[in-house]
Amino acid sequence: MITALWIMIALAALLGMILGYASIRFRVEGNPLAEKIDAVLPQTQCGQCGYPGCKPYAEAIAKGEADINLCPPGGEEGIHKLAELLGVEFKPFGENAQPKPKAVAFIDEQTCIGCTLCIQACPVDAISGAAKQMHTIIAAECTGCELCVPPCPVDCISMVPIEEQLTNWKWRYPVFKLRQTS
Amino acid sequence: MTRLHSFHGGIHPLTHKKESTQSPIISAPLPAQLIVPFRQHAGDAAKPVVQVGERVLKGQLIGEPVGMISSSIHAPTSGTITAIELQQIAHPSALPDLCATLVPDGLDEWGVRQPLNYRQLSSDELQKHLRRCGIVGLGGAAFPSDMKLSHPVVVDTLVINGAECEPYITCDDMLMRERAEGIVRGIEILRHALGTDSVLIGIEDNKPQAIAAMQRAVDDSSHPFKVVTVPTLYPGGSAKHLIKVLTGVEVPSGKLPTDVGVQCFNVATAYAAHRAVEHGEPLVSRVVTVTGNVEQPRNYEALIGTPFSDLVALSVAKPDTNRYIMGGPMMGVELPAVNVPLVKASNCVIAASDALFPPPPAPMPCIRCTRCAQVCPVELQPQDLFWFAQSHNFGKAQEFDLFDCIECGACAYVCPSSIPLVQYYRYAKSEIRARDLEKRAADLARERHEFRQFRIEREKQEKAERLAQKERAAAEAKAAAATVIATPVDPTADADDTQQMRIDAALARAKEQAAAATPKNTEALTPEQRAEIEAIEARRAHIHELAADAGADDEPPKHSQGN
Amino acid sequence: MLSSPFITRPLTVDRIMLRVLYALLPGITLYVWYFGPAILVSIALAVTAALATEALMLKLRDRPVRPFLADYSALLTGVLIALSIPPLAPWWLPVVGTAFAIAVAKHLYGGLGSNPFNPAMIGYAVLIISFPQEMTQWLSPQGMGHSVLTYGDQLRYVFSGVLPVGMQLDALTMSTPLDTMKTQLHLGMPMSDIRDLPIYGRLAGKGSEMVAAGFALGGIYLLIARIIPWQLPLAFLGTLFALSGIFNLIDPAHYAPPLFHWFSGAAMIGAFFILTDPITSPTTAKGRIAFGIGAGLLTFLIRAYGGFPDGVAFATILMNMCVPLIDAWTQPRIFGKKKGSER
Repeated sequence: MITALWIMIALAALLGMILGYASIRFRVEGNPLAEKIDAVLPQTQCGQCGYPGCKPYAEAIAKGEADINLCPPGGEEGIHKLAELLGVEFKPFGENAQPKPKAVAFIDEQTCIGCTLCIQACPVDAISGAAKQMHTIIAAECTGCELCVPPCPVDCISMVPIEEQLTNWKWRYPVFKLRQTS
Repeated sequence: MTRLHSFHGGIHPLTHKKESTQSPIISAPLPAQLIVPFRQHAGDAAKPVVQVGERVLKGQLIGEPVGMISSSIHAPTSGTITAIELQQIAHPSALPDLCATLVPDGLDEWGVRQPLNYRQLSSDELQKHLRRCGIVGLGGAAFPSDMKLSHPVVVDTLVINGAECEPYITCDDMLMRERAEGIVRGIEILRHALGTDSVLIGIEDNKPQAIAAMQRAVDDSSHPFKVVTVPTLYPGGSAKHLIKVLTGVEVPSGKLPTDVGVQCFNVATAYAAHRAVEHGEPLVSRVVTVTGNVEQPRNYEALIGTPFSDLVALSVAKPDTNRYIMGGPMMGVELPAVNVPLVKASNCVIAASDALFPPPPAPMPCIRCTRCAQVCPVELQPQDLFWFAQSHNFGKAQEFDLFDCIECGACAYVCPSSIPLVQYYRYAKSEIRARDLEKRAADLARERHEFRQFRIEREKQEKAERLAQKERAAAEAKAAAATVIATPVDPTADADDTQQMRIDAALARAKEQAAAATPKNTEALTPEQRAEIEAIEARRAHIHELAADAGADDEPPKHSQGN
Repeated sequence: MLSSPFITRPLTVDRIMLRVLYALLPGITLYVWYFGPAILVSIALAVTAALATEALMLKLRDRPVRPFLADYSALLTGVLIALSIPPLAPWWLPVVGTAFAIAVAKHLYGGLGSNPFNPAMIGYAVLIISFPQEMTQWLSPQGMGHSVLTYGDQLRYVFSGVLPVGMQLDALTMSTPLDTMKTQLHLGMPMSDIRDLPIYGRLAGKGSEMVAAGFALGGIYLLIARIIPWQLPLAFLGTLFALSGIFNLIDPAHYAPPLFHWFSGAAMIGAFFILTDPITSPTTAKGRIAFGIGAGLLTFLIRAYGGFPDGVAFATILMNMCVPLIDAWTQPRIFGKKKGSER
């Protein structure tokens, strides 16, 4: 009886020491969970979630302060991914956060007055131009966050949905209708 | 006799090749207008180099290659370019692509043709010439042929693909029967460019006339090429599988044939290379089979850009024809409309009716009978891949080698549950590709966003530095003024003045230190960023030093220690 | 737009199932020949129950009824259950067994293609556990009972449980050859004496050995027609043969010879018609061999040491459970990849 007790105590002590050592030896810098969440987020940096960018949102989710259904650009699939990563239930989008089709910003170069306000708003530096010069969007780098739209004093920025082209066309999931015999 | 090897699986669908091999290849008449797409090859689309309204000659370059994997596009006949715009092409998406519309003038007047002697050309020059002539793989994939000659590794065997394993298609068969000599000359050019010795020409045993014609042409040419009869088995014409059958070498997954010292060209590509080099003719026409539900199935030599409707009209489609398939019934593409143009990759067009190709019954659940696995030439487990694709489990599908699937359709052909397996695989593949792109775009966005954050931080800091410097300058000026006043005074004369001076100096120093300390948010930065800041600060300090040297000598030395 | 290929082979699920049903005909014919037509009544009852349950479940699950009823899979389940229970069983026995098999073992697990266990064997297992009495009243083969019941007599007994005047059920039925052997061995009778009992024929049970041979014949047709993979029956029968052979050589007084095992009980129908159910068996060639070996081993162990006379049903169910694992472990190499390279 006493022997068993001692063995258990010794075991507990040993395992505790191993655990303690491991926690020091294999300590991970930073917050790996926030990093993982950030990797799942679409990086539009649009702030629709209410946080000033994807990383802050990821950190808020990691701390348990934010919900997982606040990121419309990530789509429902993004919520599924977050749910899977965090081991929580899927949660549909709320009323005021619905995903939109993917788009890129477009500057009407006739109207642009070169005020640079949009350049300051762009979170990914995807607008090129200088003061009193016409600005233009680098479409390949635009995340479609729409943050450049409100600051524009002349409303020359519009969001153009990305159309399906030969280069981005995808095969559809097979759906079958009974063929009409006409 | 070459010892043949075999691969796993394969199927024996009815070949239906007899119908279209009864009459020789005939030249299709000049159509009323030609629609020439600028993307007829794997890789990037060609860039238009002609203007609307311009008159072009036959063989004149109208689209030049852009980027590494690309090819040239030529005017198929002489005439006027009437439009360069988006038009519907032969693609399962039914989406339009950039095309030039050419209205022939009926003269069919060639531009400059420059025949070359391939023996005097290096591999490099031959490659450039083939790229200029727009030669791409004519077996169906349309991969630019010049890319297949740029070989960093030694190629010791050249395999020529005359298998033509898909049912209905007979364009290669007829080409071999009628133009074997040209093909053999083309093979010799490709062999020369690759610098190989061994050439194996693989032809399926259901084409005895083609085999005989090719053998005769090889004998006449006295080149040491081997014509090898391979068993008819679909998909034996897949490059990797033909290489396995002829050489016993399995091209490793994810690798190219050149990685195992083999290169493979289609017979029609070899013929096109011959025309390009020895006649100086760019690729402006090809042989195409028109068959299926038509009165006169046969092969035509047709100009690139000829609307399929013109070809079908020549063969007279039967009234119950309700759709058209470009390519064979196993891997072909249903045409979105019959007036889309013939492209370099179009080897066949099949008029289809519900009687000829009965619409598949509604799919039933998979019963795991593994008939698909038994016929899969890549030895995949199609039933598992289907399961993963159906449940959008893309990671697992990739793990089970989805991307090794060659989409040959053998699995769907035998599936007793009529499941459109290939479409599931294509769906999964394009989703995975799209996700990959999205991921890359997200990574780029993250990087750019982080850099922007860093840049804003740095600008803030620089501003603060500038501010601090201004204050410092003001303090110095004050201190200098104080010194000027103090110097003539005897140090012992007025103790109070000296005291005041000292206090002022100390205040200035403290102010300056505080200013220097506040804007430095360098704690949270990475070593690289710190190094960069340090470099900037060092430059700035150097400027300070220069300024100090040029100005007052009494500048306290600590001013130069900016950091 | 539809994807290629545009042509398909006309061998569809219903045709496959139909061929399997054809392959059962020789065995069923011999069954009727030796045991009388009662089995046909059982089959009719089981098939009716199967189709009715299938239709009901499809309706409940909101699936199209007609294509699934027309695939013959429910029909096949019914026939297999009828063949595995005594022909003189009361009418509700095949009905309950089949209904359970279709409703629970098949549809509650997702229907055709998704059920992890062989529905027919689940139905059989439920019956033998729930109604052991009714499940052991096997008809004696023709010429062995004191008299033979007419078709009408058999039909009346199945539906009402009334036998013609002066007849005893005990005189008409017997336990199966496997059961008898187990009981007698338990009582200490040596194997050689047991084999001399009147119920035994040349290889195994009189009559039933011929029925087994009929099923084997149908199985060979299925193999030749490539409807079923060869690995499963070969591995199963081979293992059963090897194990019983070894034990029979060591101790012939207590262990039956290999051919007795082959032609007794459900060995033949199991080898060709039950283990080979594609939905509940492995998909890889190696996996099928492993599956067959496992089923053969379990069948022998249950027959030799277990509490039930035959072990094919339980062996099948137990091996069904291992299928995902077997599949995962026996993934074949793919074209252009080295054996055992990282997936």
